[in-house]
Amino acid sequence: MKNATQSATSSRPGERKQPFTTISGRVIDPLYTAADIASLNYQRDLGDPGEFPYSRGIHASGYHGKLWTMRQFAGFGTPEETNQRSQQLLAAGGTGLSVAFDLPTLMGRDPDHPLSLGEVGKCGVSVSSLADMEALCKGIDLSGITSSMTINSPASMIFAMYLVVAEKQGATWESLSGTIQNDILKEFIAQKEFIYPPRPSMRLVTDVLAFCAAHVPKWNTISVSGYHIREAGSTAAQELAFTLRDGIEYVQYGIDAGLDVDEFAPRLSFFFNAHSDFFEEIAKYRAARRIWAHVMRDRFKAKNPRSWKLRFHAQTAGVSLTVQQPYNNVVRTALQALAPVLGGGQSLHTNSLDEAFALPTAEAATLALRTQQIIAHETGVTDVTDPFGGSYFVEKLTRDLEEEALAYFDTIDRMGGMVEAIENGYPQKEIAESAYTYQRGVEAGDRIVVGVNAYVADAEVPIPLLYIDHSAAETQLARLANVKATRDDTAVRQSLDRLKAGAAGDANTMPLLLDAVRAYATLGEMCDVLREVWGEYEEIPVI
Amino acid sequence: MQHKIRVVIAKPGLDGHDRGARVIARALRDAGMEVIYTGLRQTPEKIVAAALQEDADVIGLSILSGAHMHICPRIMSLLEAQGLGDVLVVVGGIIPDLDIPKLNEIGVRGIFLPGTTMQHIVDYIKEHVRSRVETS
Repeated sequence: MKNATQSATSSRPGERKQPFTTISGRVIDPLYTAADIASLNYQRDLGDPGEFPYSRGIHASGYHGKLWTMRQFAGFGTPEETNQRSQQLLAAGGTGLSVAFDLPTLMGRDPDHPLSLGEVGKCGVSVSSLADMEALCKGIDLSGITSSMTINSPASMIFAMYLVVAEKQGATWESLSGTIQNDILKEFIAQKEFIYPPRPSMRLVTDVLAFCAAHVPKWNTISVSGYHIREAGSTAAQELAFTLRDGIEYVQYGIDAGLDVDEFAPRLSFFFNAHSDFFEEIAKYRAARRIWAHVMRDRFKAKNPRSWKLRFHAQTAGVSLTVQQPYNNVVRTALQALAPVLGGGQSLHTNSLDEAFALPTAEAATLALRTQQIIAHETGVTDVTDPFGGSYFVEKLTRDLEEEALAYFDTIDRMGGMVEAIENGYPQKEIAESAYTYQRGVEAGDRIVVGVNAYVADAEVPIPLLYIDHSAAETQLARLANVKATRDDTAVRQSLDRLKAGAAGDANTMPLLLDAVRAYATLGEMCDVLREVWGEYEEIPVI
Repeated sequence: MQHKIRVVIAKPGLDGHDRGARVIARALRDAGMEVIYTGLRQTPEKIVAAALQEDADVIGLSILSGAHMHICPRIMSLLEAQGLGDVLVVVGGIIPDLDIPKLNEIGVRGIFLPGTTMQHIVDYIKEHVRSRVETS
């Protein structure tokens, strides 16, 4: 054994590459031993699954009680088309809904706005009024499923529409369960779908925290997201650090808004990337749980253990998908999906093989779901909780990622917080730097991407693709016109006036939005009223 | 003095995914070009105004959202109207095969799909940029 260590650590001619690094550029030793985790204390640093600090998982029984939720993100075209895709995924054994909205919806613009031209229904489903949400949820019992809605700047408006549809179905709000992403900080950092400046945006978020604590207690109010940070080019450690620091910012703003930490913290959930570097990803999830448990107990003095437990959804890395030899993407996705399963995730989305080209076809989406089902039922990986616990390598990697994240916390704390760091452009610049470094590594051949810079095929085999034409936009424009023609304009105007007054003051905006939604005010109208009060945010472009 | 190639990199439409635009902007700058990055959510009018004001030789558009068939024709006709018909227009992003000949037909020259190297884009621009520029 000793000999093996010596020969593995010595520099040998003929080794493939020096040094060996993770996809994030982290240098990896050829072998890890007991010496690497000598300082690790089982009770203090790991704990059994279900025990503080939850490094080994938040459930004592792992996946024995319940598998993760197989939640496939879907949305395109009209609400009717997306409803059909959702029903198909549920019938195929999917266990939760996850709605993707189009860009006009994400940016709070109606389909008839000039900026929406060419974008309606393209990257997700178009929803601009209660009428669209009614069509989206038709035939789906909202009290019987959990729904995830990927919506951020206009999260509270879309959530209000969902609540009103549930109300019309006869479901109580207390019975509803699901998630709105509602994570505006990562929009400023990475995905850039923001409307208002950071501070009023944070007010919308805390309004949802307070409203749900009182009225929709089972709803996950924020899905604090590292996924987009990673897709924008961050390293694993930056994803971990910025995501959890965003979480800290939300908790602090909630407390500053007068909420008790244990009133809202148990309903915060997280969303991480499942990238290609297998062990680094597993370590990332384990480190995330440990950091969050300490933050909540020690920094925020939360008393309820549910506030300490980090629950997360994961999605395989869209950025890793290639247009070259697209069937390779099935393999990439399957391997990536293993990491959050072995890392104790609560929910998972697997990407489809065709998503470097377009939104997925129904067949490709089903294959992606089947990938999860095969992992769950055929591989045996769900039988043992935290199977890598105690691994010299994974424990060392978990500790290293934790330390790197905590160092970022210090830097951001010194700036005054994440909102201030964002206003300084700090996380944005860190990510851009990592993205450029990675791309140069690929082009220098330091990083092999199969089918792209190695094992290139002479001719590509075309695959079937979903093509979204302009008919969805026409349907949506017609429905919008009909809504505007048939609603009570006075009621709309009054509800929007009350929303404006409330936003200018310090009222909770959620009840005001619910009234506007019930009157069939459109998403664009509600967002415009708030634009008048708060203005729009414009990023200073840096390269 | 040698004239540096001047490139306006723009992200039209509502999409905010700017990783590609920013990485390419860095690569072109490192290749010795003068790069002006306009930032997010630029209308065709603003992009053409930036090209005029910056005396751009090249406009690079990053479009991932599927709105290219609405955005590109508008930019091309505005360029023509401003007498900027000789500005090299290139697009990077997710462009279905079906649309590539249509974009070529309206004068969009280079179309760079996922997996294109930064070096390829640098070389393409140096080779196809209008002739008043010294590219040696």
